[in-house]
Amino acid sequence: MEILGLYNYWVFGALLMIGFFALIARQNLVKKLLGLSIFQSAVFLLYISLAKVEGGTAPIILDPTAAEIFSNPLPQVLILTAIVVGISTTALGLAIVVRIREAYDTIEDDEIRRLDRRS
Amino acid sequence: MSLEAHIPALPVIVPLLAAPIAAYLRPRHLAWAAATLASIASFAIAVLLALATRDGSIHRYAMGGWPAPFGIELAIDSLGALVLLIITGASTLAIIAGRETIERDIEPHRQPLFYAAWLMVVAGLAGIAITGDAFNVFVFMEISSLATYVVIAAGSDRQALTAVFKYLIMGTIGATFYLIGVGFVYMMTGTLNFADMQARLADIPYVAPVHLAAAFIIVGLALKAAVFPLHAWLPNAYAHAPHAVTAFIAACSTKVTILVLLRFDFVVFMGNIAEHATQFALFVMPLALLGILFGSGVAIFETNVKRLLGYSSIAQLGYILLGASFVDRAGLLASVLHIFNHALAKGALFLAIVALGHHLTRFEIRDLHGIGRRMPWTLGAFSIAALSLVGVPGTAGFISKWYLIVAAFGQGSLGLVLVGVIVASSLMAVVYLWRILEPAWFAAADPVAAGAADDKRVGEAPVGVLAVVLLAAALNVWFGLVPAFPLELAGHAADELLRHVP
Repeated sequence: MEILGLYNYWVFGALLMIGFFALIARQNLVKKLLGLSIFQSAVFLLYISLAKVEGGTAPIILDPTAAEIFSNPLPQVLILTAIVVGISTTALGLAIVVRIREAYDTIEDDEIRRLDRRS
Repeated sequence: MSLEAHIPALPVIVPLLAAPIAAYLRPRHLAWAAATLASIASFAIAVLLALATRDGSIHRYAMGGWPAPFGIELAIDSLGALVLLIITGASTLAIIAGRETIERDIEPHRQPLFYAAWLMVVAGLAGIAITGDAFNVFVFMEISSLATYVVIAAGSDRQALTAVFKYLIMGTIGATFYLIGVGFVYMMTGTLNFADMQARLADIPYVAPVHLAAAFIIVGLALKAAVFPLHAWLPNAYAHAPHAVTAFIAACSTKVTILVLLRFDFVVFMGNIAEHATQFALFVMPLALLGILFGSGVAIFETNVKRLLGYSSIAQLGYILLGASFVDRAGLLASVLHIFNHALAKGALFLAIVALGHHLTRFEIRDLHGIGRRMPWTLGAFSIAALSLVGVPGTAGFISKWYLIVAAFGQGSLGLVLVGVIVASSLMAVVYLWRILEPAWFAAADPVAAGAADDKRVGEAPVGVLAVVLLAAALNVWFGLVPAFPLELAGHAADELLRHVP
């Protein structure tokens, strides 16, 4: 239970490593960006997980007198910002990949390095 | 409320509001003028704030009127004010000096957008320097980083694209690591405000997640700051960016990250995690020493002048971290002072490169052969900045190296080794700078060098550019002879950082 109960965090760790592996091991620049997206998504999951309070509901106060337990809404708002940042990063990365393809006619990292060495 | 009360928020607000205006201004010279004005205005505000923090006071500002632990708080201390001064100063000088080379290197219709991105870099970096909120640091870090990728890739050099892609990947990994670290601290404390975190961490019974957070934060920020061995993105990004952009970011971007690193480790962690001071020293000091030796060593064999200066920056970053790794007042004072003085020296060197860039298209060492005879003032300024980088008495670089060596002697028997490394690296700096300066002053122009311009027509850079370059060189001498102002700020910064260290 102790280990299974923390499965959110296990998924966080696994996704983080999958994304990191794709970043390091893949030569294709678009695949690298995909890895980066997975890597960032893992962190989103971490923040969402830590916001959950056991037995808590959505933080909407219907009856001010009733003592209810609410989940923490702040990490979700924070991660909304991080999602926007992630999208911008991916978009900018893809734009750079487009320009790399225009300039080099390839998006394979090793081929680009070979072309750079030749020039 | 009067405008005066809002001054602490202005270094971020001014460039942030000016950026979209610059993007829509036509003709493109107006966009340049708007960006320059915004940059000068930010610099003026930075000077005001630096003068206000001279007495060691901290100026707080609650964004949107929400009080501190709940809302985002700007807290400007001496360290923030000093770094703010570097950011806005470097931006102002680089944008004035870089106008012609930007005009030549970037397509006309893209220039207003380029200046808008430039202002976003200023806003982001300024935000990191003055905010007192850990998550806000992440947001500003990403604003400045995304804009930095854009301005670096703006030139016509296709290798800039691959360099910037690498920077984007590594920069995002660094920022994400930082975000994970902040998440763990938030998990344990429920707050994002640095001061509040510091206070609340003391009552945490279970510190394992905080250790993990410290690890993630220090590695993430080291990646962003190009600390050896996480520096791989830096040399090519510097080498292939437009010259003016290199002059701007080389002076400030990595230093801003160091500021966050110092703040997190000294203010938040050191007082609350047992043995964190030792952990920090044991982790940072070897990296700093290796970085100093590696950066200087590679620079000796590098043939591209801009990349050479990039490797030298990695070594200089080592000095800054070495001072911090002593975890005492003398070391931190030297470290903060070197942030300022290295920005002066490296900024002046790259501004001279901007001036040389009016006539040179490439920057291999042999392209510079004999340039001293045709551009004596520019190369003179370059030489003064080079002396400052080495640490010759009478220049700014000497002051911080002096304080660093004094601090190193305070480390007991280890001190001798540290001083040995500092001196050896300074000698290596003499070697790699002499490799540039000797042929630049004395050799005949290399006829086969593709970047060398036609011998007869080439003269000095335009007067405006030359004035900026000479001003930057003069500042190196001024702060070498009269170092009271940065010393005072660095002293207060060191006191403030050490306030929470047991």
